[in-house]
Amino acid sequence: MITLSHFIVLGAILFCIAVAGLFINRKNVIVLLMAIELMLLAVNTNFVAFSRFFGDVGGQVFVFFILTVAAAESAIGLAILVLLFRNRSTINVAEIDSMKG
Amino acid sequence: MSLSLSILLTIALAPLVGSILAGLFGKVIGRAGAHTATILGVAIACGLSFYVLFQLVWGGAQNFNQDIYTWFEIGRFHASVGFMVDRLTAMMMVVVTFVSLLVHLYTIGYMSDDPGYQRFFSYISLFTFSMLMLVMSNNFMQLFFGWEAVGLVSYLLIGFWYKRPTAIFANLKAFLVNRVGDFGFLLGISAILYFLGTLDYQTAFDHAPELVGKTLQITQNHAWDAATVIGVLLFIGAMGKSAQVPLHVWLPDSMEGPTPISALIHAATMVTAGIFMVARMSPIFELTDAALSFILVIGSTTALFTGLIGIVQNDIKRVIAYSTLSQLGYMTVALGVSAYSGAVFHLMTHAFFKALLFLGAGSVIIGMHHEQDMRYMGGLRKYMPVTWITMWIGSLALAGTPFFSGFYSKDAIIEAVGESHRWGAGYAYFCVLAGVFVTSLYSFRLLYMTFHGKERFTVEHKAHGHGHDAHADHHDDDHGHGKPGVLAHAPHESPWVVTVPLVLLAIPSVLIGFFTVGPMLFGDWFGKAIHVNEVNNVLAEVGHEFHGALGMALHGFTAAPFWLALAGFVVATYVYLFNPSVADKAKNALKPVYELLNHKYWIDELYFAVFAKGGVKLGEGLSKVGDTAIIDGAVVNGSAHLVQRIAGGARRLQSGFLFHYAFAMILGLILLLGGYWLIGQ
Repeated sequence: MITLSHFIVLGAILFCIAVAGLFINRKNVIVLLMAIELMLLAVNTNFVAFSRFFGDVGGQVFVFFILTVAAAESAIGLAILVLLFRNRSTINVAEIDSMKG
Repeated sequence: MSLSLSILLTIALAPLVGSILAGLFGKVIGRAGAHTATILGVAIACGLSFYVLFQLVWGGAQNFNQDIYTWFEIGRFHASVGFMVDRLTAMMMVVVTFVSLLVHLYTIGYMSDDPGYQRFFSYISLFTFSMLMLVMSNNFMQLFFGWEAVGLVSYLLIGFWYKRPTAIFANLKAFLVNRVGDFGFLLGISAILYFLGTLDYQTAFDHAPELVGKTLQITQNHAWDAATVIGVLLFIGAMGKSAQVPLHVWLPDSMEGPTPISALIHAATMVTAGIFMVARMSPIFELTDAALSFILVIGSTTALFTGLIGIVQNDIKRVIAYSTLSQLGYMTVALGVSAYSGAVFHLMTHAFFKALLFLGAGSVIIGMHHEQDMRYMGGLRKYMPVTWITMWIGSLALAGTPFFSGFYSKDAIIEAVGESHRWGAGYAYFCVLAGVFVTSLYSFRLLYMTFHGKERFTVEHKAHGHGHDAHADHHDDDHGHGKPGVLAHAPHESPWVVTVPLVLLAIPSVLIGFFTVGPMLFGDWFGKAIHVNEVNNVLAEVGHEFHGALGMALHGFTAAPFWLALAGFVVATYVYLFNPSVADKAKNALKPVYELLNHKYWIDELYFAVFAKGGVKLGEGLSKVGDTAIIDGAVVNGSAHLVQRIAGGARRLQSGFLFHYAFAMILGLILLLGGYWLIGQ
C-alpha cells in the first residue's frame, strides 16, 4: 500500500539530491540549473501527492504554474549561461567568483 | 515741573543719528557732510544737556526716572530701556557731551588728511551715544549695554589705523583686559539680580539694606557677605574700565589710537565710567566696609605707582596716559573712603584738564609732523604759543595749583583720605600725598621737555619743496620721516579748529573748581543720587573746615600737598630746564629703579608670559589632545576605523562562490525551521 508518506519521502529524497547537487558540484553551472529543476520537481511531487490524498485540485493547478515558471526560468538560466560562457570562456563554478568581497 | 522725555530721548539719539549718517552714508555726504552731521548731533545733545542740568539745578525740575521701552520679559524679569536723570547724571551728560563736542571740532583739524575721516566721526558719535546710554540708564541691564558699547567703540578706535600691527595688538589687549573686568561686572549684576530680584536702580537701592546679613556660599567652610561680594565684583568691572591696577595695562597701549580719542575716551569720559558706576551704586557700596577697603587699596596703589612710571616715559602721549591712570587712582581712592562726590568732582575737573592736555599733546604732534618723542622736542613755545599756554594751564590744574580746578578736587580727596579711619586709609594717605609730588614732577617735566629748553630737532630746509601734502600720507606711520628728530619743515601752530577747543577747555580747567567746589562737595548738591552713611561721611568732616572756595585755596598754600607739588615743580625745573645732565646722572645712579619703572614693573611681560603664552599653550594643548587626539582621532576617525575593521572581517564571508551562498541559505532555512520546531515542542 502506497501512502502519503512514501510520496513525501520521495519528495524529500529528490530535494536532498538537488541540495547535494548544489553543494557538491564545483564544476558545472548546467548541473546547478538541473539541481534547481530537481528541487522544483520535488516540490511538485509534494503538491501532487497532497492534492491526490486530500482531494483538492488546487495543488495540481499549482504544479502547472510551477512547471511553466520552471520552463521560463531554465530558458533564462540557459541564456545567462550562454552569455557567461561568451564573456568568461568558462562555466566552471569554482572560477566564477567576481562577487568576492 | 519735570523733565520731558522727548528732550532726554533727543539727547541720547541725536549723536546716534549723526553716527549713522556719517558711518553708513559717509561716501554720499562726503567729508564736510560727515563732520557737519555728527557735530550737529553732538551739539544738540550738548545744548540740551546743559538745559537739563540748568532745569535740575535752578529750574526746580524733579528727578526723572522712567522706563520707556520694554526690551524683553522672562517670567518676572523685565529688561527695559529707561532713563534716570538726576544731578549726578546731568553733570555726567554735560561733561560727556561738552568734551565730545570739542573733540569733534578738534578732529576736523587733526584728522584732516586721514582717509578714514567719515569713519572716525561715525565712531566718536557712536561713542557719545553709548556713553550717554550708560550714564542715563535707570537699570543695570542698560548700564551693561552702554558699558559694552563704549568698550566696543574704544576697541574700534584704538585700532583705527588698522594697518599698524601695534594698533591691532593694543586694541586686542584693551579688549581682552576689559573682558576680565566685564566678567566680574556681569557676575556682580547677576548677584544683584539673585539677591534683590530686580535690575532697576531705584528698586534695587531701596531694597539694598536687605542685603545686610545675607551670605553667599562661594567657598566651603566660609560664607561670604553678600554686599561685599557684590561690591567687589562690581568694582572689578570698574577696575577694567577705569584701568586700575592690576587691570591697568591696556590704557597706556591705547594711545596707539588717534589723539582725539585718547582725549575723549581714554582720558575724559569712558575710563571714568567705572568711577561713575561706583558713585551711582553708593547705596550698595555703603553696606560693605570690606569692599570699600579693597577699592581704597587698589586705588591708592594705582595713584602712586602708575604715576611713577610717567616720570620715565618719553612719548608725550604716554606720559599723559600714565598721568590719567594716576588720576583715576585718585578718584578710586575717593570712592574707597566714601567720598563719592569727591570722586565725581575730580572726575569732572579731570575731564576738562586731561582732555585739554591730550588735545594739546595732539596739537604738538601735528606741529611736529607726527613726532611723539619728547627727546626730539624742546623750545616749541615760540612756534606754538596757544598750545604752550593752554598746556601750562592744564598742567597747573593737574598738579593741583591753588585756584585751579584740579586743586579743589585733589585737595578735597587728600583731606578726605586723611580724615578716614577705614582699613587701608593710612597707606592710601601716603600714596596720594607722594602722588602729588610725582604728578607735579612728570607734568612739568613734560612741559619743559616739550616747550622749553633747547630745540632738539633739526629742520631739513632743502626738503621744503614738498610742503604739507608730503606728511599727509604718514598718518599711518608715526615715523614717516627718515630719522627721528629731523623735520621736513619748521613746527607750526595748529589751525583754529584745534586751538579753539584748547582755549574752550582751558576756561573750565581754571574756573570750574572754584565755582562748584562748595555746593558739589560740601553742599547737598547731589541730593539722593549719592548715598553716604553718617559714620562714613568724611567729606562732611572736611566740610567743617570749609569757608568758601577762596579760603580753601588760601589755606591750600599752607598745606602739605602744595609744598609737595612745589617740590616737584622745583625738581623738574632744575633738572629739565637748567641742568639736563642731572637726569642722565640720576638715571645711571638709580639704574635698577629706572629699569623697574621703564619696564612698568614688568607687569606687561608677566601677563604676556603667564596669560598670553599660557593661553597659547593651553590652546595648543587643547588643540593637540582635545581636538586632534580625542575628537579627530578617537571620535571621527575612530568610528570610521571601527566600521572598517568590522567590515574587513565581514567581507571574508563574501567568497563569491554560489554554492557558499546556497549553503548559507539552506543552513538558514534549517535553523529557521528547526527553531519553529523547537518552539512547537
